[in-house]
Amino acid sequence: MFELSRREALALGGASFLTSLMFGGSALAQTSDKLTIAFNVNLPAFDPTVGPSSVNPTIQAIYRSIFDQYIGQNVDLSLAPGLLTKWGWNDDKTKVFMDVREGVVWHDGSAFTPEDVVWSIQRAGDPKGGNPVAFVWASLDNFKVEGSRITADCKNFDPTIFKWMAFLTGYVMPKAYYTKVGADGFEKKPIGTGPYMVDEYQGNAFLRLKRNDKYWGPKPAFETVIFKFVPDSTSRVAEIESGSSDVTLEIPYEEYDRLRAKSGLAGVCKPITDIGMIFITNVEKEMLDQNVRLGAIHAIDKAAIAKRLLRGYATPIDTLDAPGYEAYDPSIKTPYDPALAKKLLAASGYSPKKPVRFKIQTTRGFKPKDYETIQAIVGMWRKVGIEADIEVYEVAKHFELRAAHKLAPMAFYNWGNAIGDPTTSTGFAMFSPSPHSAWKSKDLDAMIGPLWGEKDEAKRIAGWKAVDKYIAEKGYVIPLFQYSQPIVYKSSLKVTANGTGALQPTLVAKA
Amino acid sequence: MIATILRRLGMAAITLAGVAVTIFVLLRVVPGDPIAMMISPGASKADIAALRAHYGLDAGMGQQFVVWARDLFRGDFGVSISMHRSVLELLAERLPATLELAVAALTVAVLLGGAVAVFAVLMSDYGAAPIVDTVNGLFLAVPDFIWALMLVLTFGVLAPILPLSGRIDPTFDAHFVTPFYLIESLVTLRLSIFWDVARHMIMPTLALALPLAAVITRVLKESLREAMMQDYVLLARLKGKSQLRLVMQEALRNAIAPTLALTGVQFTFLIGGTVIVERIFSYPGIGNMAIDAVINRDLPLIQGLTLVFGALFILVNMGVDLLVTLANPRLRHG
Repeated sequence: MFELSRREALALGGASFLTSLMFGGSALAQTSDKLTIAFNVNLPAFDPTVGPSSVNPTIQAIYRSIFDQYIGQNVDLSLAPGLLTKWGWNDDKTKVFMDVREGVVWHDGSAFTPEDVVWSIQRAGDPKGGNPVAFVWASLDNFKVEGSRITADCKNFDPTIFKWMAFLTGYVMPKAYYTKVGADGFEKKPIGTGPYMVDEYQGNAFLRLKRNDKYWGPKPAFETVIFKFVPDSTSRVAEIESGSSDVTLEIPYEEYDRLRAKSGLAGVCKPITDIGMIFITNVEKEMLDQNVRLGAIHAIDKAAIAKRLLRGYATPIDTLDAPGYEAYDPSIKTPYDPALAKKLLAASGYSPKKPVRFKIQTTRGFKPKDYETIQAIVGMWRKVGIEADIEVYEVAKHFELRAAHKLAPMAFYNWGNAIGDPTTSTGFAMFSPSPHSAWKSKDLDAMIGPLWGEKDEAKRIAGWKAVDKYIAEKGYVIPLFQYSQPIVYKSSLKVTANGTGALQPTLVAKA
Repeated sequence: MIATILRRLGMAAITLAGVAVTIFVLLRVVPGDPIAMMISPGASKADIAALRAHYGLDAGMGQQFVVWARDLFRGDFGVSISMHRSVLELLAERLPATLELAVAALTVAVLLGGAVAVFAVLMSDYGAAPIVDTVNGLFLAVPDFIWALMLVLTFGVLAPILPLSGRIDPTFDAHFVTPFYLIESLVTLRLSIFWDVARHMIMPTLALALPLAAVITRVLKESLREAMMQDYVLLARLKGKSQLRLVMQEALRNAIAPTLALTGVQFTFLIGGTVIVERIFSYPGIGNMAIDAVINRDLPLIQGLTLVFGALFILVNMGVDLLVTLANPRLRHG
């Protein structure tokens, strides 16, 4: 009889342990009908219309996989038919009409109806419902349904209402199902009409989606999509490098350059609707001096920072309306001109020997090279007569200080605007009543005010361009860059970059 | 003994109450308003007020505390602002993941640290001590998150033999009844799932265990050396016992008490260390959830998490005190 000594048994056990370590896992085995995305944020909640995650631009990639928006959006930011096939205003723009797509079913097999659309808008517009942009949806009232057409009154004309239907919280929710299961039940088993259905979810770990074979749109390329929630960028790099994930995004630009040069991997890094900017707060006397503001603007060599710090993956901008936005005007320029900066500062009595002093706040590690960018800018300012102290703050503190109009004289932050409309960039960032504006002045409000309800679209856009030009001339804000989003993927795939930055599985296909 | 335990439980309740008050006040004093995080740029003052009321943040601090404390006594920890779910339910889901990880790390640390300490004492005559001390010093100096990153690079990238993230392979349809995946899969003899869960735990466990193992080695080694010089060990040596038996049967029993006490204290640090280690490995425990809760200024969830962390620390320390008492006859009868 064959007998094992204790030592032999231990050795055998050790060998089998190592063998199973090497070959026991299925993490590396990627089937062609499964797509694994190492995603940069966690999905805290499924309801895309309430709470902080509903206004988180990155998470929209997941929401758009499960739910449909009222109106779809192409990768170039233009609107496309979604659950609404047609939409528009009546002639005097006091009413809206919306034609609802027919033949759509919810993930539970029940029929999608115009009542779902009406209920979703009314629920979103309820100020007690917890929708962060309830005021947008509350502008519509007195809904009527006739067949597949919905009409509603505009309580106040909002030229961006249909753009919001493709933007944050603009999702259609299942009236009958939600009413039956409630908020808690919906979080446990969410359904939508989107291209993928929720199959398994582990908060802070992964979300597994299955293809919706009854989807009304083009058939999604993958049977299974797994979003792994990997907030640490080093771990995301390891995920793609080891082959554990098929796609990842938002990794350091240095890693992007390294990984896309590797065999078996490819990359795309295109500009998205996310900009870096410096808010100017008109509280302290230094910021009320136009020479100081303009001097600070002309002293910044944005092109050099974009090239050296951001490895060319950022586009210098001069207005908050970046290239691709509707009110983008390439003729507005705030050039790098240190001589002009010195001259402006000298006119107010400042020089490198007698500098103007103020504080600038910045995040650190929130956006690519944010702190380093501000360090570089402070260095450039020093040469022309500006001495700025850097204070690092958290994002949460930025929001609170900005809402209270208590930011430092200058404060770095980023601004997303996935619909590219001027109201959601220049408008909300620069209009006094907005809790997110830092520069609050009557001259600017007088220009912006009439544009909120302007019914002539050409006149509206021209008006916003004029506002941008005025802001640049006065130096009320310092636009810096439009960021590019690095995406690395297996070369067996084809990824279409999305202008909004939302990495939707429907934009990934087999090569 | 029972009276002592009851007295300690009473003190623990007071401590927890203090933790509750402190965290409640602190969260409302430090910058970071959860409503400011989610208000839209176009929101009016009325919109902001409505949102504040929706999350119960419109009342004064005192009134908010009374409501929270009252609900706590009813077993209601509130609803998470960011996750839209009961905080208690979330804690019940995530805490077991952290407990499994922490206990695994503690086990590895004790076994590894103990084995190295015993080895160092056994080999002290052969000049092994400086080598052990040097290697141990290295393990002591490197914090857990650095270990985590080194493990990611080693076993995730260079030799990709271990899963990098999560608690279980996302393609598995495991269907657990309890949130204790490791234990449940073992008890129900679903060994392939058990093995997958275990593989996901190897790297985070090592990252947490290695620094603690080094601490255990250092303390236990010194205690053992001291014990080995005692008369009773000399007597046993004269009786002809081998060096291994002297260490394991004579010295270890007396040397274990200070190590045990220190391990308990270090275990609480280990639980704190899960926050960053769970983040790096995308491990769905309370540590990872705590970071998201702080980022989103999810006040009810932060409060719930702090209470759980506080309770864990207190319970672990009580448990260690009890073990030390049981292990030391002088304390037991004193």
